[in-house]
Amino acid sequence: MANKKLAIIATKGTLDWAYPPFILSSTAAALGYDVRIFFTFYGLQLLKKDLSLQVSPLGNPGMPMPLGMDKWFPVLGTAIPGMQSMMTMMMKQKIKAKGVASIEELRSLCIEADVKLIGCQMTVDLFDFKRSDLLDNIELGGAAMFLEFAGESDICLFI
Amino acid sequence: MADFDKELDARGLNCPLPILRTKKMLNDMSGGQTLRVVATDPGAVKDFQAFSKQTGNDLLESAEANGEFTFLIRKKA
Repeated sequence: MANKKLAIIATKGTLDWAYPPFILSSTAAALGYDVRIFFTFYGLQLLKKDLSLQVSPLGNPGMPMPLGMDKWFPVLGTAIPGMQSMMTMMMKQKIKAKGVASIEELRSLCIEADVKLIGCQMTVDLFDFKRSDLLDNIELGGAAMFLEFAGESDICLFI
Repeated sequence: MADFDKELDARGLNCPLPILRTKKMLNDMSGGQTLRVVATDPGAVKDFQAFSKQTGNDLLESAEANGEFTFLIRKKA
């Protein structure tokens, strides 16, 4: 029997949104799926050699904040300079404390498990990404290339 | 719990690491060998059932004691 196929489009470039594509892909690969992720727009950040992903409380009322800040802290306060790096630091501490894998770790597990990572060529051009800033072992491609695989996939997700 | 060939300590690890480490360990084992996994992630119970069902590696035992979950898996021949 042919392997099942999982196709994902990853469009977000923040620390929190980096998790779903890499968690699902690494797990699917462990279950024997052929997996491809197409990284487009802000999702391309997830293919950088040096990840500097951030998480922002801004415009995110669902984000639990320390000390019950989400209850009494004014919404505009989440726009204070330094808030983003503080929340990113706290989120990373929490991730570590709870035994959740880092994005770097999940990403290397994906690569090790032969998950195919594809960067959107158009986005590379649009945002003037340097090919050398992105991982070496990825392919660049376009919509038609992704759809060829996605059209035969068992699961196709837009994240 | 019955005898086992290899053991994996996945305590303190959260989803999906216990499954990923298990898969990695099974890769280096031969068919019919058994792997004992100890985890603390409560989600692992359902995850290991699903892993076994989808990969064909038998889940021989699944037990809980003192907040720890123990699984015995036999690699597919």
